[in-house]
Amino acid sequence: MDRSKESARSGIDQAAWIRGLTEARMSRRSVLQKAGAAALVLGASGPLVACGITGTKNSNSNSNVDWTAWWKKQKRAGTLDFANWPLYIDTDNGKHPSLEAFTRKTGIKVNYKAVIQDNAEFFSKISPVLQAGDSIGYDLIVISNGWQLNQLISNGWLTPLDKTRLPNFKRYAGKVATTLAYDPKLTYSAVWQAGVTGIGYNPELTGGPIDSIEALFDTKYKGQVGMLSDDDEVGSAALLALGIDPPTSTYEDWQKAADLLTKQRDQGIVRQYYDQSYIKALQNGDVALCQAYSGDIFQSNNSGYPNLKFVVPKQGSMLWRDNCVIPLNAAHPVDAIEWINFYYEPKIEAMIEDWVNYICPVPAAQPVIRNQLDDPAVADSPLIFPPPSMLKRLHEYPVNATPETHQKWTGLFDPIIQS
Amino acid sequence: MGGNLKKRLSPYLQTAPANLWLWLFFVVPLFSILTISLTTGNSVEGFAMTWNFSVYPDSISQYSVQFARSFMYGGVSTALAMIAMYPVAYWIAFRGGRRKAVFLFLLLLPFLVSFIIRILTWQFILSDQGIVLGTLKDLHLVPQDLRLLSTPSAVVMGLTYDALPWMALPIYVSLERIDRDVIEAASDLYSSAWQRFRSVILPLSAPGIYAGILLVGISNVGDFLSAQILGGPSTTMIGNIIQTQYVQNQNYPVASALSLVLMVSLLIFVLLYGRIFGSQTIKDFV
Repeated sequence: MDRSKESARSGIDQAAWIRGLTEARMSRRSVLQKAGAAALVLGASGPLVACGITGTKNSNSNSNVDWTAWWKKQKRAGTLDFANWPLYIDTDNGKHPSLEAFTRKTGIKVNYKAVIQDNAEFFSKISPVLQAGDSIGYDLIVISNGWQLNQLISNGWLTPLDKTRLPNFKRYAGKVATTLAYDPKLTYSAVWQAGVTGIGYNPELTGGPIDSIEALFDTKYKGQVGMLSDDDEVGSAALLALGIDPPTSTYEDWQKAADLLTKQRDQGIVRQYYDQSYIKALQNGDVALCQAYSGDIFQSNNSGYPNLKFVVPKQGSMLWRDNCVIPLNAAHPVDAIEWINFYYEPKIEAMIEDWVNYICPVPAAQPVIRNQLDDPAVADSPLIFPPPSMLKRLHEYPVNATPETHQKWTGLFDPIIQS
Repeated sequence: MGGNLKKRLSPYLQTAPANLWLWLFFVVPLFSILTISLTTGNSVEGFAMTWNFSVYPDSISQYSVQFARSFMYGGVSTALAMIAMYPVAYWIAFRGGRRKAVFLFLLLLPFLVSFIIRILTWQFILSDQGIVLGTLKDLHLVPQDLRLLSTPSAVVMGLTYDALPWMALPIYVSLERIDRDVIEAASDLYSSAWQRFRSVILPLSAPGIYAGILLVGISNVGDFLSAQILGGPSTTMIGNIIQTQYVQNQNYPVASALSLVLMVSLLIFVLLYGRIFGSQTIKDFV
């Protein structure tokens, strides 16, 4: 790498570093939000008085609307209120070039707010508003696959996307954006970014490379293994270790997975069930190996920890997605869907991808990043543009869409994480 | 007659703001927590009142370990904070001279920084290769595989640390209020320094110790951040369980039941504690 190239990259590295401190994905279940949640417990109890709590089902749902006719009537408003996670879009001196390009092309002014820091917390804020049939004030939000998105879908709180307005999506969306277990017909979701939960490790402490998920359960690493504190992640990893494909797993499979995880914990293999702080534990050498999100290790490598490695073990890894969805009663749905279509243009996706560094939903952005943005490190990374051989090994999460299955899942795995 | 009525009403009027506050923000939510705890259902289909009293024995037995652990961590950290802060409060009260205010300010200075940041710093300090353990290991003063993070000691350390000023301040106030003539009188009666402390100063500072233990003990038993940030796989406290059940799992009945059980058990503890060490005994001491 020549000098000029190196200094050109250092801006990105710095962004990666800042992002590493405060990044969206990581704060998913991070502590800061949980502190706020304590206040929420008090606040939410107000409307819950009287005998019982109304369910969210069928409150104000999308089921009785002719959406084709509805979309025909909608007009561009010239404004887009867009809620996303912090540091999840290209940023240059406080401005977002991709959004500016969108405004130049369409005249739509974008109010971009990085207000989502945790799926559960954000859901608890918008849920009462949607239940009352009001607009949440955002036309587009980014939500990870999981229980909260499942509820948004099953409660009928999302606007079905008008496919005729998404020619770029049809043309450019890659496999990670078109095979969604939780939204198989792509009715509501357009993937913003995807990522892999694999194993991050420090080769000096593990004494060599790791290629099997069984390493997480190996007594050789007693007290040196980190697991994530997210029940979806922990349960899925155990299912993979047992050779079970998570989305088709049964309750009996879950019990086997729970037994494996209980044994792993009781043998003292697990040092800690980490929230996003796992990355610091890996950097500090507190754990030798840990369940890890791909983007975090990539960012660590660029910010002073080149020794850390990330592996998609031979049994495979979990593939998560953050999705753009349009909430019900959004004030500017046409502007929102125009932005989604604009985002799926390879040239625009490349601008954002080169900054964000997770898995790109638009494979055609790869040559743009390599040739026009001149950033082969990003273009050639298998964790940003996964080759088909890797995609084959990535698994969908179990979709526990009903409260019953969700309760069964959390009832098995939460007591292991919080013992 | 009118004047008489006014006289009788005046205490109620004077306490009206506090009463209103208590009713609005304590009694009403408390009642709603109680109601919610007896419902069954889920967040999608709703929770219906089924007078499900079994939620109480069920959740107590399921989480008895976490309850016991919370009281143990809370108790140990409170005791440690008292042992650590009594001498400090003593020194400021009796030896602080004209700079007492400065010392008190210094005591509180770290607490101008957000709690989250401070506890995250502990994570940094206690890490295996961090500034404390790393250095001690390099000097071969401790075994190479010694760990603090993710252990019960780390959680208790975090809890103790946060308790320090809340323990020191009430003790300082009670020590400060001791009439210096009483101590002088004890010296005049040929008491040794130890006797003066044991028979005069310590009993007179009992109300401060009492208040400090209440302030710190109650909040530490219900804490969840220390366990979450500094703890390991088996250091979960009841606060963590309540938080997960409420926000992540939306299991409102169990979260409410656990909150009430925690509150009632703390209340029993406070009443017993008040009975045994409370104001009555303090008067006896004096």
